[in-house]
Amino acid sequence: MTAPVLAEPMVNADSICKNYGSNEVLKGIDLKVYPGEVVCLIGPSGSGKSTFLRCINHLETVDGGRMWVNGKIVGYDLKGSKLYEQSHNDVCRSRTEVGMVFQQFNLFPHMTVLENLIEAPRLVRKEKKATAVARAKSLLEKVGLSDKADAYPRQLSGGQQQRVAIARALCMEPRLMLFDEPTSALDPELVGEVLKVMKDLANSGMTMVVVTHEMNFARDVADRVVFMADGYVVEQGPARDVITNPQNDRTKAFLASVLSETAAS
Amino acid sequence: MTAVSTRNGPEAKAADSYTVVKAKHPGRWLSAAAIIVVAALLLHSVFTNPNFGWDVVGLYLRDVSIGRGILVTLGLTAISMAIGIVLGVIFAVMRLSANPVVRTAAFAYVNFFRGTPVLVQLLFWFNLAALYPVITLGIPGLHLDANQLITPMTAAILGLGLNQGAYMSEIVRAGILSVDHGQTEAAEALGITRMQTMRRIVLPQAMRVIIPPTGNETIGMLKTTALVSVISVPELLYSAQIIYARSFETIPLLIVASLWYLLITSILTIGQYYLERRFARGNQRNLPPTPWQKLRRFIATHDALALKGGTR
Ligand SMILES: Nc1ncnc2c1ncn2[C@@H]1O[C@H](COP(=O)(O)OP(=O)(O)O)[C@@H](O)[C@H]1O
Ligand SMILES: [Mg+2]
Repeated sequence: MTAPVLAEPMVNADSICKNYGSNEVLKGIDLKVYPGEVVCLIGPSGSGKSTFLRCINHLETVDGGRMWVNGKIVGYDLKGSKLYEQSHNDVCRSRTEVGMVFQQFNLFPHMTVLENLIEAPRLVRKEKKATAVARAKSLLEKVGLSDKADAYPRQLSGGQQQRVAIARALCMEPRLMLFDEPTSALDPELVGEVLKVMKDLANSGMTMVVVTHEMNFARDVADRVVFMADGYVVEQGPARDVITNPQNDRTKAFLASVLSETAAS
Repeated sequence: MTAVSTRNGPEAKAADSYTVVKAKHPGRWLSAAAIIVVAALLLHSVFTNPNFGWDVVGLYLRDVSIGRGILVTLGLTAISMAIGIVLGVIFAVMRLSANPVVRTAAFAYVNFFRGTPVLVQLLFWFNLAALYPVITLGIPGLHLDANQLITPMTAAILGLGLNQGAYMSEIVRAGILSVDHGQTEAAEALGITRMQTMRRIVLPQAMRVIIPPTGNETIGMLKTTALVSVISVPELLYSAQIIYARSFETIPLLIVASLWYLLITSILTIGQYYLERRFARGNQRNLPPTPWQKLRRFIATHDALALKGGTR
């Protein structure tokens, strides 16, 4: 899983800036993620990790810099030397290449698991029901929830809900998956089942950007770890190096606090 | 300490061998007695006062023109509510729009129709021909005679529907705002457009919040339709008025109308209960039993025969 450096990057963030009013949240983030790579974003709360992730699929518009995903500028059409802002429908269409998994799962509670999975393929890709159902069922099998197709989200445990959410994102056959603290809302004993699904996904070659506090996962599964603080990338490198042998003082302090927390619980 | 020794001591009795003396509630008995006395007096006067004219009430309860009036009332309620709900959804979505002009327009609509009495609005619509004798809607070639177009019925539908739209838009807006923002976000991230998200994800979930007040509004609308009697739409009240204008049996006919209103609103209340239950799906693990189910369960557990026979 070492990054094929010659390939076109899947994500190419070029000095991304973002502010909410006078609050500068991202102050020039540069990051490249190559196809097949798994990158973990770590950093203290409020450092802008979620905001950066949301800029990748244009849930947030950037205030400075350029975000390229899969060779295209996010949110704009490049014609000649001019950038034309995309229409809402075009933005929606390009989002289908990027799947996203949230901390709070955000399953649709009024739909069964199967209905959750086929909703977007049916609405966005106008797929036939049989096609969408077949893919949904095979993905449910992959996340180990074949028997829950007809359950409502409320009837599932947090871990099961998050696995459904992963399957739902995969139903759109994305080329890139974003995870925003996918295990932070889970009871400790349920974290493992979600991480296992993510690990399988990584092994299948999916390009992934994962915001997480699970340092074991970052060390064992990620190719690269990026440490963010105060809207900057402070340190990045091969996962094992950054986690076991951080160079920057802030990284050291952050890792020490996270690891002592894990040891305590 | 003593309690522990007593419980384990030799004098301890089996739990069910004690005689339980229930608390007395003299206040409850007194108030119940007072209410029963007042109710009895009231009923006595209602049934012995000949001015109520109960024989006349019985006669007109199934009168054909009263029946036709009921149909008009029901139709008017249904159409006005349908218009109100459609307008309510449209204006609620407009009020949440990112465009300030759209937002302000929706606010102005709600403010205007909620801020003026519906009776006045009805009279305005009824007299529209005085304001605009010819309606063109700015479309060249369109030339409508307002006097022909605005019948009492169209004035009633316009007045009630537009007014209801303003109230419904507030209800729908509260429903939309009650849906967790994460839902919209998840839909957006899947590439679902805003309109589709509203229709498929947000509104169905907002229903749980929208349905109960809408039921109340429907019941309110049923009664509000009586107002259109002033513009001589032959609904239930107007039909009763026509009869008593001839026969001077005013009170009996008002009772006839009231009994019908009461019956229909009672039926609507039951319907509302089942509708609310249906939209609670997926939000509750187990639905509460309906009164009907409760009754059957009660009979099943208290019926000696059923228990003995073992048939359930
Ligand atoms: N929608 C928003 N409006 C205003 N401020 C926001 C918004 N979202 C995030 N922020 C601010 O941006 C900063 C970074 O937030 P976030 O990206 O969620 O950090 P992290 O995910 O690393 O904890 C925080 O100070 C937060 O208060
Ligand atoms: Mg975050």
